[in-house]
Order: sequence, then structure tokens, then C-alpha cells
Amino acid sequence: MKKQFTALAAICMLGSTSAMAQDLDIKITNLTNAIHFTPLLVVAHDSNSHLFMEGSAASDSLQAMAEGGDTSGLSTDAQASGGNVIENPAAGLLAPGSHTRFMLMSNDGNNQLSLTAMMLPTNDGFVGVDSIDIPTAKGTYTYYLNGYDAGTEANDELITGGGAPGVAGIPADPGGHAGTGGSGVAMTDSNNMIHIHRGNLGDSDASGGRSDLDSSVHRWLNPVAELVITVN
Amino acid sequence: MKGSIKFGIIAATLASTLLLQGCNDDDNNMQRSFNVEVTNLSHQQPFAPVAAVLHTSGYTGFSRGSMASNGLELLAESGDPGGFIAEADSDNRVLNSVSGTGMITPGGTETIIVQGNSSQPRLSLAGMLVNTNDGFVGLSDVDLSGLNIGESLQLHARVYDAGTEANTEAATDVPGQGGEGINAARDDRNFIAVHPGIVSMDDGLTSSALDASFRFDNPAARIIITRTQP
Repeated sequence: MKKQFTALAAICMLGSTSAMAQDLDIKITNLTNAIHFTPLLVVAHDSNSHLFMEGSAASDSLQAMAEGGDTSGLSTDAQASGGNVIENPAAGLLAPGSHTRFMLMSNDGNNQLSLTAMMLPTNDGFVGVDSIDIPTAKGTYTYYLNGYDAGTEANDELITGGGAPGVAGIPADPGGHAGTGGSGVAMTDSNNMIHIHRGNLGDSDASGGRSDLDSSVHRWLNPVAELVITVN
Repeated sequence: MKGSIKFGIIAATLASTLLLQGCNDDDNNMQRSFNVEVTNLSHQQPFAPVAAVLHTSGYTGFSRGSMASNGLELLAESGDPGGFIAEADSDNRVLNSVSGTGMITPGGTETIIVQGNSSQPRLSLAGMLVNTNDGFVGLSDVDLSGLNIGESLQLHARVYDAGTEANTEAATDVPGQGGEGINAARDDRNFIAVHPGIVSMDDGLTSSALDASFRFDNPAARIIITRTQP
């Protein structure tokens, strides 16, 4: 069904520049209060490729990104299917309130854009968007992005340094606001598909309680990021 | 690259009449059919059967800031979409109203088919989050007149509070925890608002039967509407 749509849409847009290579000016802003983004992966790709899909299980590569910020697997996957990849445009973490701006050159046929980055401190939370239609007419286009839960790790909210896939715990809080000594919030997660993150719970006890996170610092509400694409 | 190869093959094999069918509506035939694919993006909030209503301009299943109808109250407090659908069926601007076949679990998807005879169809839908007092995921008055056959529209839906029942989160009041469904008393603010979310017992609400895993953020659902051949 989807394939058919793509084919018909391509015919209808005959004469437009939708399938052409483009130079895209991209700006990404972290809109959260105290959540850092690990190095971003931004990909222009065809309509058959995805970094992730809502309601579907995470790939091993997505899990590695969501639990530890490692984008190498997703980058390899994207390049193997012909995607144009920008890795780590912010040269490290993208802090709350900060933005990064860069150019992405998309090849002919790569008319969808996706991105991901882990949200710290979370267990397996990530900011992302799956398959935006890259605009072709000259102009500035703004999108608001949500925080997702990869569904691969229980949200225990404990800072343990655990960032490898399958290892419990949160790698770190780069902002330095986290506590210690929590007993753990969730020991299992019930939705193992990629879904909208329910948010950090946190607590107000820096040396105990359930969570190592601070409820007055580490919460967020969607959207968590702004994406601006400028077509020149 | 892949797209242009596909295009080449199809362009070479399709007759120009077929091509026109793909790009333009035939105004003499106003029969419309849509697949409405609902995916639950919450962590632990199953959706009660979702009511999908295809209608023309003027019908309002729910209106933010306004009082919920009795049918919406029943849907939002108990999960039963029957009253909401009956109200829709009694409105002459409604083309078709359909209930989903069952609960949509977190991570799960159901496709509901709606059909009607109008060139200006619109869609509204609502389904309860069963671990709330009166929360429902909803879309209101989405214009589908621009969709050609085979085309899809992807939307995200947020959670509303029907405003008809106080958000106690107590086991006696939340159907997903074995609590009562409909209670005709309107002991909340009595207007529809964006849902303020689950507080939970883990965050100090002593009456709550819900732990933090029942919390949610918006959007709670992805909706893909695809126009199909009637």
C-alpha cells in the first residue's frame, strides 16, 4: 500500500524537484530544562529506510544509541542503505538550551530525514524523528520533536555508569544534578516497543529515595527539541 | 536513486488514464473509504475500543473548553464507546461511525475502516486510556478532502480530560484497576481540557492506585489515515 502511494506520488510530482539532490541547512535546538543530548545522528534516506519506527521493536543499533549514546551501528546501517549521514554535528553533547547548525547534502532519491540522540540522564530515552518529507520549495520549515523510550531497558533511574546494551542503569548526568543511593523506580518495562517516553519521575532525596534523578530538575514535557530546515 | 528507478518502470508501464486516476479525484463519485490505523504509543495505558467517526463539517464529537456529551462521558469514564457512537449516528452530518473491535495495548495497532458518500469528509475519534479516571486520546475534525486514493496522512493524537470525574487515580474509580466505570455525577470542572497527566502514588498522591509506570506524555497515539479504493 505504502509503496503504491510512493509510486503514484512520484508520478504526480513529475517536473518538481522532489527527487533531486539538495543542500539543506539544518538547525537543532535542545528545548529541555536539564537533559543533554548525546552526539546526534542525522540521515537523509529513501522511503524504505528508517532509523526507528514508532510501535516497532528497536533494532540492536537503535538500542545501543538509546542506552549508551553509541551511534556507530545506526550510522553503518544508514550508509549501507545509501543514506547521507551527518554524525555528531555538535562535536559532543548538545546541552539544554543549546543548538547546533550544519549542512546536510542529500543525494537524489534521499527525500526523507530522520535523526536520533540519546537523552541523558535516562535509561533508554532518545530524541528522534522518523522520516520527515524533506521540503523542496525555498523556505524555512520548523518541526517539534518528541522524547521516545526505546523499550529495551527498565527505567530504574539509577546512575550506575551502565551504558552498554542490556546493562541496567544510566551512564551519567552530564549536568551534574543527579543524586545517589536510589533504590530503583521501575524494575521492568511493560511496553517493549518504541513509544513516547513517560518522562523521568525523579525524587527530592539526593542521597536515597527511589530515583537518583531530581524531580524538580530532570523532568520534561514534549516537545524536547526544535528542528529547523532551511531550503535555499 | 531507488525512487527514480521505480518511477521509470511505472511510468513506462502505466497508461496515461491510470496516471490521471492516481492524481485526480473523479468528482462524479463521492464514495470515500479510509483505513484509520491507530497505534498506542503510551507505556502502560491500554486504549478501550476506539470510536472513529467520518462526518462532514459541523459535527463535533468533542470540543476543547466545552462540556462533554453524555456519550463522551461514558466513553471517557468506562471505556464504552456505544453512547458516543449513538450520538454520532443521530447527527445527520455523520457519514459513518465505527467502534474498534477491542482494546489497543501499548505498542499495539488496530486499523478501523470508515466509509461514506461525501467529497468533503472529516474524521474525529476518541478512545479511553483505561488507567485514568476520564482521560481519552482524541482527534477532532480532521479534514480528509485533500487525500487522493492511496495517499496517507500521519498524525499524532494527544490525551484529553473529559472533565466529568475528579482525577483521584483510586482503584475504585479507575476501570483498568477494577474500579467503577460510568458515574453520572460530574464532580470535576465539567469542561474538556488537555489531560494534566498521571500524578501516581510514587509522586505523593496518596489516593492513587497507579505507580509511576502509568504516567504518560503526549502524544499518546499515532494515527495514519489512508484513503483506499471504496
